[in-house]
Amino acid sequence: MDDLYREIIIERYKKPSHRGRLDPHDIQFADNNPLCGDHIEITLRTAADGTIEDARFEGHGCAISQASADLLLDSVIGKPLEDVKRLNKQDVLDLLGIELGPVRLKCALLSLKVLKAGAYGLGEASDELVE
Amino acid sequence: MSLDLNNTRKDFPALQRETSAGVPLVYLDSTATSQKPLAVIEAMNDFYRHSNANIHRGVHTLAEEATALYEGAREKIAAFINAPSARQIIYTRNTTESINLVAHTWARANLKAGERILLTEMEHHSNLVPWQILQAERGVELDFIPVTEDGLLDLDAYKTLLGRTPKLVAFTQMSNVLGTINPAAEMIRLAHQAGAIALVDGAQSVPHFRADVQALDADFLAFSAHKMCGPTGVGVLYGKEDLLESMPPFLGGGDMIKEVKLRSFKPNSLPYKFEAGTPAIAEAVGFGVAVDYLTEVGMDRIAAHEHEITEYALERLEEIPGVKLFGPSADKKGGVAAFTLEGVHPHDVAQILDRDGIAVRAGHHCAQPLHEKFGIPATSRASFYLYNTKAEVDLLVNGIYKVKELFG
Ligand SMILES: Cc1ncc(COP(=O)(O)O)c(C=O)c1O
Repeated sequence: MDDLYREIIIERYKKPSHRGRLDPHDIQFADNNPLCGDHIEITLRTAADGTIEDARFEGHGCAISQASADLLLDSVIGKPLEDVKRLNKQDVLDLLGIELGPVRLKCALLSLKVLKAGAYGLGEASDELVE
Repeated sequence: MSLDLNNTRKDFPALQRETSAGVPLVYLDSTATSQKPLAVIEAMNDFYRHSNANIHRGVHTLAEEATALYEGAREKIAAFINAPSARQIIYTRNTTESINLVAHTWARANLKAGERILLTEMEHHSNLVPWQILQAERGVELDFIPVTEDGLLDLDAYKTLLGRTPKLVAFTQMSNVLGTINPAAEMIRLAHQAGAIALVDGAQSVPHFRADVQALDADFLAFSAHKMCGPTGVGVLYGKEDLLESMPPFLGGGDMIKEVKLRSFKPNSLPYKFEAGTPAIAEAVGFGVAVDYLTEVGMDRIAAHEHEITEYALERLEEIPGVKLFGPSADKKGGVAAFTLEGVHPHDVAQILDRDGIAVRAGHHCAQPLHEKFGIPATSRASFYLYNTKAEVDLLVNGIYKVKELFG
């Protein structure tokens, strides 16, 4: 019955592995979910060959939004930045291992939206990034 | 005499349901919208089954019936808030539209650049943004009565701010987050003394305690049917007759005119001047029945019942370690308990409570500046109406303990 609050989500929420801010960094991007006030900032550093050396997130919000940010960074560190551009909604849901309704989906996808907007070097994040 | 809760609850079909097998609904979100009694649902149903027609323009039986029902509801609503006349009851879509109507008509006709509007820090976005739009468009200036740590309006600061001679004071009679009941009659008296008119946002007050526009001496009062046992899609702007008469019309179109030429029109008389196009007829009929229902139960009894539940809820919630309540003590507030739980985001609180059928709201409740003032992005909010019980408060408290356990 605790589908939405699987242990991994509560654990990551309480003890994230990638919380913080990288300085210096190569990419920085932040966005809010205006409905809930969830906020995520991601900073990341890339190596000369384009792999993601390290990444951190700062922010506040519900367990879903914060845990998905932590799990997402977990999955992309050490991978080519180019790969990030191909990530989608289902990838995040697979990381979380849950199904989500439309409201909470926005919480879960905020970090992917921020990460992709950063990877593409966009001025503004749009929902189309995570369709 | 106190409420017969068992009977009251039976009047609301939605309260009989379960949210999942074996989990009855515990509805603690009436501040967002109330549940509807069967009488209201059936009245709207009946309207569509028997009397459906467009109003005012027809002479056939159904048009006559529909018009009589629609205008009858207006009479009932006028009596409910003790308006001198039903001409002063303008149907709108909701509180938000009522406030926007004043911003579009009265304010545009009466306010010049540099003139001031006095608001408060506890306003719902619907009593902020219309004035911000006017500020950007017309260069009017906005001032704000501060909210104290206890969630009350700082009335000394109010008196000082009146010294800046605002033309309009617009404030909520009851905060939808803090629950604070503001001393509206006194505030209006002071506003008038300073030469301002007063608009009262009654979205939360009219549903919960006896409203009397004449005793208040309010110039405008805005409220929504859906928060007071009525349907969505219909609300009211009450206004003093001379003000309404002097205001230019709002939307243009059918019904709001007396006469139309190719290049000109004459506006209709009150209240039709502000009601362009086919309105929410069935909803207005339902609104009238909602007002009958509340009157029959008795507004004083409803207020007393809510006070008892709120007092109990605050007491129980306060006992929970990690819970922080916002707003004043029970004697100064209506049936709202906004809180945070240490270490858990309000959305998670609401989502976990939902598994036990407990409906509370989480977020900034359309009062972002107020949350910023208290340094928090969001709260969880439980709210109470005539049908809520102490047993439901106990379920809420147990639910919060479960949240704590999960996040422990
Ligand atoms: C104090 C207050 N004002 C205005 C409103 C807006 O009401 P509506 O959405 O019905 O226009 C609300 C609704 O939550 C409210 O609580």
